[in-house]
Amino acid sequence: MNYTLMFYESQADFAARKDPERQEAYLAGWTHYVHALRESGIVVFGSGLYAPETAATLKRRGGDMHVQDGPFPETKEQLGGIFVIDVPDMDAALEWAARGPVDTVEVRQNIPALK
Amino acid sequence: MESHRIVEQTAREAYGRLLSYLTVHWRNPQDVEDALGDAFLSALQTWSKTGIPEKTEAWLLTIARRRLIDRARRSRVSAEALPTLLAMSGEAGHPSAPSGAELPDERLAMMLLCAHPAIEPAMRTPLMLQTVLGMDAARIASAFIVKPSTMGQRLTRVKAKIRAERLTFEPADAEEIPGRLDSVLEAVYAAYGSGWDEVAAVGSPGGSWAGGGLAEEAIELARLLLRFVPAEPEVHGVLALMLHCEARRAARRDREGNYVPLSEQDCARWDPGLIAEAERCLHAASQAGRIGRFQLMAAIQSVHAQRLRTGRTEWEAIAQLYEGLIRVQPTLGAFVSRAAAVAEAYGADRGMALLASIPSAEVANYQPYWALAGHLYKRMHRHDEAKSAYSRAIGLSAEGAVRQFLSRQLDGL
Repeated sequence: MNYTLMFYESQADFAARKDPERQEAYLAGWTHYVHALRESGIVVFGSGLYAPETAATLKRRGGDMHVQDGPFPETKEQLGGIFVIDVPDMDAALEWAARGPVDTVEVRQNIPALK
Repeated sequence: MESHRIVEQTAREAYGRLLSYLTVHWRNPQDVEDALGDAFLSALQTWSKTGIPEKTEAWLLTIARRRLIDRARRSRVSAEALPTLLAMSGEAGHPSAPSGAELPDERLAMMLLCAHPAIEPAMRTPLMLQTVLGMDAARIASAFIVKPSTMGQRLTRVKAKIRAERLTFEPADAEEIPGRLDSVLEAVYAAYGSGWDEVAAVGSPGGSWAGGGLAEEAIELARLLLRFVPAEPEVHGVLALMLHCEARRAARRDREGNYVPLSEQDCARWDPGLIAEAERCLHAASQAGRIGRFQLMAAIQSVHAQRLRTGRTEWEAIAQLYEGLIRVQPTLGAFVSRAAAVAEAYGADRGMALLASIPSAEVANYQPYWALAGHLYKRMHRHDEAKSAYSRAIGLSAEGAVRQFLSRQLDGL
């Protein structure tokens, strides 16, 4: 069963990506986690995302299309990356989520591909 | 407001007693839970107007019983149980009239019921926490890292199973108690946090231990158990084990909040009172002359505790005790911890050989294995392997402080 782990990061986390003093520690946290995930053989897909201010959000209002800078929605913590993992159940997915180097992880089951 | 506080206090102290008593006789934990919930609600509403009754437990019991009888009269399914309920209700009196006799404490029976062979092992601890201690499903879910609604559904299913299969603990099964007791102890220890024994391994912090939020509850359950079966050595053993670990709680973090492995802990920060109590438990256990896995695990912790007096750790003795533990209970944790002890006593090579003999499929996601592997490779100056093992251990750790500790080990290479 595939589950998506969505890793939410604070502004401080996003800042740490570029801060020369914190960058190494920030990246190390991910390196080890990704290492453990890959060695476990459960990774279907995984990718980090650039910071929310680089995003563009498209909204259709009525018949009109609006494009705005920034993420949807504007919250303190923003999506920083995702992993899709193949594990037996939600319990196992949550166990992996707990090991992530961030404080907030949302876990959802993927809808299987339509046949 | 005062009555709110009394209800809360009564709820904490009496919930398990009332629920156990009613469930053991009524055999439908879900109905009993609902009836008790009604009784507490009714207490909140009534006591603020009429004042708090002298015997709060009896008052709650009367209301809960009345709810159960009403429910039984309405439903044909449980009508057959009605005579039992009426018989046990005795005077079936007025809510304000307290029953004369003290409520029999059926919590041992309830704990044995929770550890019934028909109940899947993973649900025994959650069920015990909910029924005996009155803990809510959401908190249990967080402690075990399970989706709260899923935990709620699993608890409901297990309670339905108890009713449907009429699972019970009959006093006639008294000779079954020691066997069932073992499952109870396992469930109690699972509440404490299964990582503690691995923490004993030098430089190998237990990764499965996620904060130990239920440590107090587990100790409470063990103390409760001891009151019922004071002659069972393994009950003393499990309590000794948990008290030894608990004695080191403060020392597991330094002043800055960094994780400190057992072998580097400042013994001055251990709690001598808890250690003394643990030692008394272990001594009491030894009187029976019947060794068991919990006594062995407690004895290992006891050897560690001796560092407080002697200033050194007897790793040979610890390695030997793990040898014994593996014979009784060959778990992954015991194998890894034995390798750690052997490495300390006889050298990293011998520890590594033991570690390497564990099938790799079993250790893929087992954090203590990788933490120890990193530690031993480092001592053997095999730096690339050490780096890889530490990295994997960090990635498998759920505790931030443990991740940082391992990162410092990795950086030191």
